[in-house]
Amino acid sequence: MSDNGPVQARCPVLNVRRVDAYYAITVVAPGIAERFRPGQFVSVTVGGDHSSTLLRRPFAIHDVKPDYGGTVEFLFAVRGTGTAWLSERRSRDLLDVVGPLGRPFPLPRDPVNCVLVGGGSGSAPLFPLAQSLRRRGCRVDFVLGAASADRVFSAITARRVAETAVFTTDDGSFGTRGRVTDVLGRVIEECRSDAVYACGPMPMLRTVTAVAGGHGIPVQVAVEETMACGTGICMTCVIPVVGEDGITRMVRSCVDGPVFRGEQVRFDDVGTIPFDALGAPGWKGSSASRAAESARDIA
Amino acid sequence: MNADLRTRLGGCELPNPVVTAAGCAGAGRELAQFLDIASIGAVTTKSVMLEPHAGRPAPRMAETPSGMLSTTGMQGPGVDVFLQRDLPWLLSRGGRAIVSIAGTGVGEFGELARRVSAADGVSAVEVNLSCPDPSDPAGRRFADDPVRAAAVVSTVRSHTRSGLPVLAKLAADVPDVVELAAACVEARADGLSMVNTVRGMAVDPRTLRPAVAGGMGGLSGPAIRPLAVGCVYRVHEALPDVPVIGMGGIRTGADALEFMAAGARAVAVGTTNFSDPSACARVLRELTELLDARGVARAADVVGAAHRTGTGV
Repeated sequence: MSDNGPVQARCPVLNVRRVDAYYAITVVAPGIAERFRPGQFVSVTVGGDHSSTLLRRPFAIHDVKPDYGGTVEFLFAVRGTGTAWLSERRSRDLLDVVGPLGRPFPLPRDPVNCVLVGGGSGSAPLFPLAQSLRRRGCRVDFVLGAASADRVFSAITARRVAETAVFTTDDGSFGTRGRVTDVLGRVIEECRSDAVYACGPMPMLRTVTAVAGGHGIPVQVAVEETMACGTGICMTCVIPVVGEDGITRMVRSCVDGPVFRGEQVRFDDVGTIPFDALGAPGWKGSSASRAAESARDIA
Repeated sequence: MNADLRTRLGGCELPNPVVTAAGCAGAGRELAQFLDIASIGAVTTKSVMLEPHAGRPAPRMAETPSGMLSTTGMQGPGVDVFLQRDLPWLLSRGGRAIVSIAGTGVGEFGELARRVSAADGVSAVEVNLSCPDPSDPAGRRFADDPVRAAAVVSTVRSHTRSGLPVLAKLAADVPDVVELAAACVEARADGLSMVNTVRGMAVDPRTLRPAVAGGMGGLSGPAIRPLAVGCVYRVHEALPDVPVIGMGGIRTGADALEFMAAGARAVAVGTTNFSDPSACARVLRELTELLDARGVARAADVVGAAHRTGTGV
């Protein structure tokens, strides 16, 4: 129905493979591949046509290739019945896939130094981002972390595309023992980073944003919220985000995100309705700010 | 042969009986990426309130067997932005709008009806009776008391221009849905939308705390379909001349046909829009195929078929 919006398609599975502690599924999806930009995701139906598991599962797109007119790869860990079903798919099975969804990572105009920070399978969207940045002449450095060595994602690929790649694990089984945020400041200084891109759990994104802020450089974060639809209609994936006008709104992670400027996400208030958010209980915007809101929403 | 799909709801005629359920399609803009929004009967827009509302805290959603629990708390931009931004967009794409309104009190329902009724191009007003009644000490919903529900419907009717149908959206988890329906019709509702989500709870097995913030959520999806079909059947039995939009877990054309046989003139697709953004177009196509396969000349002919003795349709 639109040329650059998401499409829905029944896509043949090209292959399913194990990647360390994760599964990677590649589907043939030319319409999604041609529209894709790094940071966007797909949502996939699980359980078959008569499943009692109704909701789609959202997955960041890890790779697109031109083969077979266009393929899309996404990664997941088996967490429940839906992902277990997905892990049992075989070549030529059909998956109902919607994508690409969400706002992509904005790319710098100039060839600047970028550090990409990821936790666990949350690192997936950083790999196509790294390629786009490299094509623009940007320097790319990786900081990837996970609970243990088998959950550090695509270390070999990271070393290949990046100038440097630093790894951390909670148990010290690979790289430095600790968190990505323990080493990020040092990487920013050594690599003279101009910008940070991050994807992973909310507490990690909060600390990454603080570290980037401490170094005075911008940070783009991709959040991982649970969502029912992924298309912007169910209103279940909202988080408090400060707009350019200074007003906090409950915005949808799926269509207003998943990528946000880190300093605009009110990490400490995620899971709540901040008292000063637009439309919060007792909220009374001044007539001027409400007029501005109207004008903004209509524009 | 192609069945005549036209459907009358009070004073408005829809080209076909498949509409979206309130809160499950926004104002049509997102779904329009996946289907021709003008091709379905109507878009029932997300319940709009007088003021902007931020809604409830997260988590707002939990998946349950054949359904989901949700509690968004009526997050929305308020009626001003809706009338200036969302409604004109839908109408500009050739869509028909059933505008769902949600007041924090009877007076606010009246004001919403007046504002919506003054806008051009609205096909019907739907009254969300599952809002909490502020005058009720126990915080019950308007739908929990047929007298209070009737007061809302009556106020909305008197603030809505004549000729514009007022539909009462009923809750299913009430002592007597037929009594509630009759009270709304007595208060001059032109039609009934049924049913809304059913209150329920899921407990997170890890934390042993409620899975959605606030504890209770609205259960929707195929899990509630037999309950919804039963409500439609009983209300159609008692009030056979009142137009009903049936909804609750419709996933396929066969599900839609089931509601129509129980007595619904139109059907609304709700939660399925979340999992299948082109579902309305598919349900309409499947329903048309089923009607044609049965040799039905007019969709209206199957309405209430489950009530008829003999060979049926």
